[in-house]
Amino acid sequence: MRYESPTTSSEAAAYLAEEKGEAFVLAGGTDLLVRMKTGLIEPDLIVDIKRIPVMQTIEVNDDGFRIGAGVSGAELGENEALVQAWPGVVEATNLIGSDQIQGRCTMVGNLCNASPAADSVPAMIAANARAVVVGGSGQRIIPVEDVVTGPGQTTLAKGEVIEAILLPSRPAESGDAYLRFIPRTEMDIAVVSAGVSLTLEQGVIKSARVALGAVAPTVVLVPDAATAIIGTRLEDDALLNLASACSAACNPIDDKRGTIEYRTKVAGVLGRRAAKIAYQRAGGA
Amino acid sequence: MAGVHVSTNVNGDAVEFVCPQNETLLDSLRDRVGLTGVKEGCGTGDCGACSITLDGRLVCSCLVLGAEANGREIGTVEGLAEGARLHPLQQKFIEHAALQCGICTPGFLVAAKALLDRIPDPSEEEIRYALAGNLCRCTGYDKIVRAVQAAAEELR
Ligand SMILES: Cc1cc2nc3c(=O)[nH]c(=O)nc-3n(C[C@H](O)[C@H](O)[C@H](O)COP(=O)(O)OP(=O)(O)OC[C@H]3O[C@@H](n4cnc5c(N)ncnc54)[C@H](O)[C@@H]3O)c2cc1C
Ligand code: FES
Ligand code: FES
Repeated sequence: MRYESPTTSSEAAAYLAEEKGEAFVLAGGTDLLVRMKTGLIEPDLIVDIKRIPVMQTIEVNDDGFRIGAGVSGAELGENEALVQAWPGVVEATNLIGSDQIQGRCTMVGNLCNASPAADSVPAMIAANARAVVVGGSGQRIIPVEDVVTGPGQTTLAKGEVIEAILLPSRPAESGDAYLRFIPRTEMDIAVVSAGVSLTLEQGVIKSARVALGAVAPTVVLVPDAATAIIGTRLEDDALLNLASACSAACNPIDDKRGTIEYRTKVAGVLGRRAAKIAYQRAGGA
Repeated sequence: MAGVHVSTNVNGDAVEFVCPQNETLLDSLRDRVGLTGVKEGCGTGDCGACSITLDGRLVCSCLVLGAEANGREIGTVEGLAEGARLHPLQQKFIEHAALQCGICTPGFLVAAKALLDRIPDPSEEEIRYALAGNLCRCTGYDKIVRAVQAAAEELR
């Protein structure tokens, strides 16, 4: 195995493109090194992106936030402006693992590992986040929901690397939230999870996005759940409609962590609770 | 496979070693630098026995490559005591009998120090959350939490 630590994104993309064998990007390594250790993968090349300066910073301008692909969960949680603007995205990312894992794990690694239970992903999708992808032919910017196609599968071509995540600037009267259900309080994989982001106009929901984790082969955006609450003040019947839309969008697996019936029901409950928190954060009563 | 030459700093001292490109920092520290305070419990990020600080951040050294350490600053349990004087955390772990077999202890000490550097006066809940990435199969955790509380008090 060869280890490279380039200092620019295009250099990283070139290493990945030129490798004949199996090549992997190394961000925090909290998925990759576990997969190496357990023999699931045997990389020929590892490209460490943590020496690429544009991937290590969080920048903010009129368009919103640009979070470098190498920024750790712990660093996200320490960025006050980001916590203020996108508390749901930060709380979702900060749920990943222990303090030790937070010191290394990244949102982009969480996304590209392509687990349906990845904690930061429903929150990013609800937030309308986009990924900046760098490859041999330049740069393309795609919605986060277009990155993953199935467990362990992404749309990234050979030689492509994600440089950053873009979060839009936060309109007034907006809020987001993320909730996951696990049987204990720490260090576990989501049985079901929900991310909600919404914007109000005088207390009435003007726009919303709802995404669910661990209820289908990929994290799913649920437009019907958003439609159920747009134009409402999140009254009881709107919440019930939101919950049914969430449950209807579920296509979960049946395993020891949760049955199909259980996951389907809890998806509605979490969607409702996350919507209430987001609504409060947006300044709704 | 060509080895990679790593120049790094461990507990304030400049250190150089050569390691295979796919070797974990846990193995480099134990087998090349001779710091056996870092322990391998699981090798997969679950137990925290291999905890170190990397540029001041708490991480699992089993999930870092040795090659990544080039130019970084590493802190291990061996850096806690000053000469023969134990760090208050170490002293309180002894006084509170916060260990039995001891395999988890270096990781707990490094993680607890990272917590107290950040929050000098943690609540019991904060201590339990901050140590959630460290597993102990012997003590049942209570004595560890008491030892951290006692050390925090002494350090303030
Ligand atoms: C003890 C433990 C607890 C965990 N708990 C949770 C949890 O609670 N919730 C959760 O969701 N996950 C959890 N995880 C999984 C893991 O920590 C997360 O998925 C993490 O966010 C991965 O990020 P990373 O930077 O470490 O990724 P890496 O391991 O560095 O990379 C993961 C994958 O993404 C690819 N990749 C990384 N960066 C890029 C990039 N910029 N461009 C293209 N491809 C890229 C890599 O090649 C690799 O295939 C846990 C893991 C451990 C070991
Ligand atoms: S050996 Fe690293 S976490 Fe268990
Ligand atoms: S003292 Fe034995 S594992 Fe903690």
